[in-house]
Amino acid sequence: MSDFAIELKGIDKRFGAVHANKNINLKVAKGTIHGIIGENGAGKSTLMSILYGFYQADSGEIFISGQKANIKDSKAAISAGIGMVHQHFMLVENFSVLENIMLGAEESAILTKGITKARAELKRLEEQYEMEVDPDAIIEELPVGVQQRVEILKAIYRKADILILDEPTGVLTPAEADHLFRILAQLKEQGKTVILITHKLREIMAITDEVSVMRRGEMVATRKTAETSVEELAELMVGRRVLLRVEKGEASPGDVKLSVRNLTVRDSRGVTMVDNVSFDVRAGEIVGIAGVAGNGQSELLEAIAGMRSATSGTVTLSGQPVDVTGPGDPADMRKRGLAHVPEDRHHTGLVLKFEEAENAMLGYHGDRKFGQSFLLDVEAVRKDAMEKIEQYDIRPPNPRLKTANFSGGNQQKIVLAREMERNPDVLIIGQPTRGVDVGAIEFIHKRIIEMRDQGKAILLVSVELDEIRSLSDRIIVMFAGRIAGERNPDASEGELGLLMAGVENKLEAAE
Amino acid sequence: MSTPFAKLPGWVEYALIPLVNLAVAFLVAGIVVVFVGENPLEAARIMITGAFGSGEGIGFTLYYATYFIFTGLAVAVAAHAGLFNIGVEGQAYVGGIGVAAACLTFDQSMPWYLVFVLASLGSMAFGALWALIPAWLQAYRGSHIVITTIMFNYIASNLMLYMLLNVFKPLGQMAAQSRTFEPGGQLPKLDWLLSIFGLDIGGAPFNFSFLVALVAAFVVWVLIWRTRLGYEMRTMGFQPHAARFAGMKSKRIIVIAMLISGALAGLMALNPIMGDQYRIQQDFVSGAGFVGIAVALMGRSHPVGIVLAAILFGMLYQGGAELSFDMPEITRDMIVVIQGLVILFAGALEHMFRPAITAFFARLGKSRSEAAAGA
Repeated sequence: MSDFAIELKGIDKRFGAVHANKNINLKVAKGTIHGIIGENGAGKSTLMSILYGFYQADSGEIFISGQKANIKDSKAAISAGIGMVHQHFMLVENFSVLENIMLGAEESAILTKGITKARAELKRLEEQYEMEVDPDAIIEELPVGVQQRVEILKAIYRKADILILDEPTGVLTPAEADHLFRILAQLKEQGKTVILITHKLREIMAITDEVSVMRRGEMVATRKTAETSVEELAELMVGRRVLLRVEKGEASPGDVKLSVRNLTVRDSRGVTMVDNVSFDVRAGEIVGIAGVAGNGQSELLEAIAGMRSATSGTVTLSGQPVDVTGPGDPADMRKRGLAHVPEDRHHTGLVLKFEEAENAMLGYHGDRKFGQSFLLDVEAVRKDAMEKIEQYDIRPPNPRLKTANFSGGNQQKIVLAREMERNPDVLIIGQPTRGVDVGAIEFIHKRIIEMRDQGKAILLVSVELDEIRSLSDRIIVMFAGRIAGERNPDASEGELGLLMAGVENKLEAAE
Repeated sequence: MSTPFAKLPGWVEYALIPLVNLAVAFLVAGIVVVFVGENPLEAARIMITGAFGSGEGIGFTLYYATYFIFTGLAVAVAAHAGLFNIGVEGQAYVGGIGVAAACLTFDQSMPWYLVFVLASLGSMAFGALWALIPAWLQAYRGSHIVITTIMFNYIASNLMLYMLLNVFKPLGQMAAQSRTFEPGGQLPKLDWLLSIFGLDIGGAPFNFSFLVALVAAFVVWVLIWRTRLGYEMRTMGFQPHAARFAGMKSKRIIVIAMLISGALAGLMALNPIMGDQYRIQQDFVSGAGFVGIAVALMGRSHPVGIVLAAILFGMLYQGGAELSFDMPEITRDMIVVIQGLVILFAGALEHMFRPAITAFFARLGKSRSEAAAGA
């Protein structure tokens, strides 16, 4: 038997002109936690997809426990003992935990026998790995952290010895993430091998035994975690020195530019997503809204931007009241000096099938400079796009390229260039660096600080607590649609984490 | 974590893949012909010479193509805004009222080019009107446009029968049709256009509305890619949420897009009514509205593609007619089967060969770059 759970030799994969994986060699020792880091588009996902049978490598060999394996689909991967926990869970939301665990492994057409067996097996696994889950709970009623545990159990139930986790902490609170790491440590103790894909360097340092760095389709380095540092890894990822900490001076807040009072937003099902929220954002300051995804931040941003109508409450923009309970008019909000970088650039902020230039005017396409009549002046549109491309160093510098062909970081720069260059009074930004590579993050953060120093009022929503802490002048934590508390950016991560988990709320209620 | 984006060269995307699909469609059609007991190569020869072998054949082919350009454009305009207008058939049918009313009223007092202007405006107005109700229902009441436009095809069919029998039919006429228009209600034939190429139009009804169709194709191109409205329509079609974000008035855009689509469908009525029969008859659309769906699909909703696809379908209609005439074993219904196969492979199964072709070009690209690296 080999000491290596996984050995990849010379894996090569192309998608048309894109060379996603170049001659990748990787050895993952049995019973270890191995981190794989790299910027967006570095080829991590492609590599793991090859390992899990979603793609076939153009060339190269895969060895599982020393045996050459031919993984032609995910079924073959499962039978080779590989389990995968995707970034977006593959669970049937209205099924119970047990039903999800069994799905695809029912063993016979009549379920009764299988259920009894699965229930016993699930109980055994829960005990062995110390992961309590109620087998009869319905998935959609469980917190995200528990759903993720179900995903892990699902993989182990299928006898996975090697577990691949793709960005597992993106949706978790710090406490949930800690719990996940304890589970992973437990799995390792029981002899399982874990591959952890992440872009969070601190997680790598906290939990892995070894770490491999990918850059532009190549495996550039593998280090023992104990012998490396965050700085070294960041440099390896980007290929140059990176500033991890944002440098910014003191804020000098001016007048209140954006004022939200008693804002309540219900979604289409009538569930209250934003519950009686009030806050102010002043000129020249950044107010950060921290919180685990799904606690009302998205709805809050959309209501302020005029994309979603609020149930009650008022919003005042530069001293002028806004009708937030009406049908909403994002175009009118733009005219009043509000710019909005939406959380989801793929579905909201950009039309991926458009040429870059067409996206560079989205929302501002009515401007006279893009044509005097109903006709668009295509030359003017492309010229304007080219100017933004140069200012924001968007690559490749081609306004006629389809937006889908830009990397995540460059796509985000397209949105930021469009919204920031309008010189708005108020800028609301959702997830400015989601899926954006380290180099671009540095650039985006700098621009946000610059905007603040120019006296703009900035409301920032991010699920990355680090980002909120390093950019914000004040931090508001949202939990279950309410403001759970306001803190200074120097508040400890633990303190903010508790607020994000709604712990303090409960304490206050109990008193 | 994004999937790398594999891109094919333009000529592969827009020429090779449609041609491969077409070739497979004809291959399968050939097998069907063999089963019927005829020689497929001979059948293909008859079809192609029937459609393109003579001035008259070409005239007929382009006459049929005229129908499909209009209906294909109508489907495409709606499709760009993310709407599946399945009601082009009915909109074209009702558009006939506009043409017939203009011709019957003014054919004795005005020259054809003035009547033509009125007939065009009338057909567009009636076609747009017929699209307006489903559009409004979709935009403001959320009734699905596919369902409502299908229903409106049936309503149109009965409404038109009523109109033909009670309004347009002269006394003493047995068939459901109007009187024949005087020269003021007749569009000129394009015999001069064919004679430039030394071709004789013969009895083909190839007429002025073909040029109108080409102008319409150009106008649609300008609309979709060079106007603010077209930009908003495409944003809606690709990404409704982004349209909302950009502050576009989606309800208004739905209605306007459908009005334009209906107007284009209505214009189709010029071709048979004013260009060929010189009277309005029952069922003059005869399925062209549905063929328009296939034409738009095959032409990828681009005016140039639509014109080419319309000519292909014109060829199938004309060549098919010749074929069923020359090969008695191959009935009209067989021709419909062949047309169906083309629609199936070029439209519905459009992506069938795409993965294989993509893989082929990926391999080609790889060996090429390796060769370059070696050199």
